[in-house]
This record gives sequence, structure tokens and C-alpha cells, in this order.
Amino acid sequence: MNRKNLIWGLLVALAIAAFLSPFASPSPDGLERVAEDKGFLHLAEGKELFHALMPDYVFPGIASEGLATSLAGLVGTLLVFGAMYLLSRVFVRPKGNAGKGRS
Amino acid sequence: MHIPDGFLDPKIWVGASALSAGALAAAVSNTRKVLEDRQVPALGVMAAFIFAAQMINFPVAGGTSGHLLGGALAAILLGPWSAGLILTTVLVIQMLFFYDGGLTALGANVLNMAVIAPWVAYGAYRLVGGLFKGNAGRTVATFLAAWLSVMAAALACSLEIAFSGTVPLAVVLPAMLGWHALIGIGEGLITVVVVSFVSRLWGLEQTGQKSYAGGAQ
Repeated sequence: MNRKNLIWGLLVALAIAAFLSPFASPSPDGLERVAEDKGFLHLAEGKELFHALMPDYVFPGIASEGLATSLAGLVGTLLVFGAMYLLSRVFVRPKGNAGKGRS
Repeated sequence: MHIPDGFLDPKIWVGASALSAGALAAAVSNTRKVLEDRQVPALGVMAAFIFAAQMINFPVAGGTSGHLLGGALAAILLGPWSAGLILTTVLVIQMLFFYDGGLTALGANVLNMAVIAPWVAYGAYRLVGGLFKGNAGRTVATFLAAWLSVMAAALACSLEIAFSGTVPLAVVLPAMLGWHALIGIGEGLITVVVVSFVSRLWGLEQTGQKSYAGGAQ
């Protein structure tokens, strides 16, 4: 997989996060729906153990809901890419590629 | 299928966290052996793609939605060990920054979506892919692997919630499997499209190189 395709892949991910996320279905997902129907959704209410920066994928301080979701998506996608990249670089410490330079 | 705080009791979330920690340790040591330098960016891109795709809930039926889990996608393209690390990274960021999935439930969510889903997908993909040759066979194997990975994660999630004493298994299991049988179809379709697209790209550049995609059996 060459560098060009990887950059395209990241751009596709960013585009999905930015442009499709405001149009995602607001309906509850499978587990949430089951919890609602079977009467145990209330167990999750008020159980937050810390304050997350962007709860419900909404970037704080933005009036437009669509824009706030897009921004949260963009930030999250970059965070995940960065975290995964650093983790596999540092933590997994891949062996060198037979004298080839890093790409 | 991100379990929030409040659904699981301590014995279940501690137990699930221990299992996940063991699986992650194994994943790190295995990935360390097989991962090559040039594959590192691919892990990052796959994780980013799965995060973004997980934001896009698609409606299934009756006011319920689902989204890609990505366990099968990552396992088929990059192998089950790397998939575990990728999905774990996604789940940790989702929990820390977006509070999607609970803090105490993180171990259970990792177990369901980063361990069970990729391994079930990988096993099914190898098994079914070995039975049917060619492109059609690979498509069928990919679809089934993705569908089964969602069902397996839903099964594990139901067991964890039921054994926590939250709700009886006979109540939660049929409901979870019913909705996720539908959500799994979406998972299957998205996985088939992305796998065939990416393996065509790789097929052009990586001829002869080890790849999990493209029938490594």
C-alpha cells in the first residue's frame, strides 16, 4: 500500500466524518433500542463518571448542530489516526524494513 | 452496540476487562512479530476509517438504526491481531472524548467488538473462503464473516448484560439477535464493498506479498 493510497484513505475517512455524519440516522441503535423496549435504559442515565469533551459527537460551542457533528467527526478521525499511528510506531515497535527507509 | 455505564455489574466488567487485557497483550506481541514498518500507516488509516464509518448510523427498521462495527473489515484486510488493536484504539477514543460506551464497560466493549467480532469474522472468512473459490466465493465469505461478527458481538453483549442481572437472558437475547440480524446485513454490504475495493488496489501493487485479503489460504 503506497503513500498516495494511504493519504486518499485518510481523506475518505475525513470526508465521511465531515460530510456524512450530519445525515446519520438519529434513531437509537440496536442495543439502545433493546434497552428502551425492555425497560433498562434508565440504568445508564446519570452514570457519567467524567465529563467528556464532545459527548454525543457534538463539538462544544457551535450553534449549528450539523456543523458541531461534522467538527466532532473530523477531530475524532484525526485523533484515532494519530493515536493508532503512534501506538503502532512506539508500542508495537515494528522491525525495520530490511534497510529500506521509512515511508 | 457500545455498552454504557450502568448495564454491567462489577464481576462482569472486571472479568471482561481481564479477558480483554489478556487478548490485547497477545495482540501486541503477535503484531510486533508480523508488523512491518510500512504497514503502520495502514493501521492508522483503517482505524480512522472505522471511526468515521461508525458515526454513520443507517436506519434498519421500525425506528432503529445500526452502524458499521468494522471488526470483520479490519480482520479480513489486516488480520485479526491488528484488527484487535485498531478496534481497541477506536473504542478508547470514543469513550474518552465522546463518552460513547462507558468507562467501566470499556473492557466488555473491547471484548465484544475488538476481540470476538474480528476473530469470528476471520474464522468464518477462512472457513467459507476455503470452501468456495474465486471472486464470488470471496464475496460470500466476506458477507457471512461480517454478518456473523455482528451476531457474535450481540450474543456476547447479551450474555454480559444478562449475567449482570440487569435483564433476563430470555428477554435480551432474542431482541438483540433480532435487531442485529438486520444491522449485520448493513455490515455485510459495507464490508463487501470496501474489501473488494481495497483488495483491488492492493492486488495491483502488492503482487506476491503476504496479505490477509485475497484468499491467503
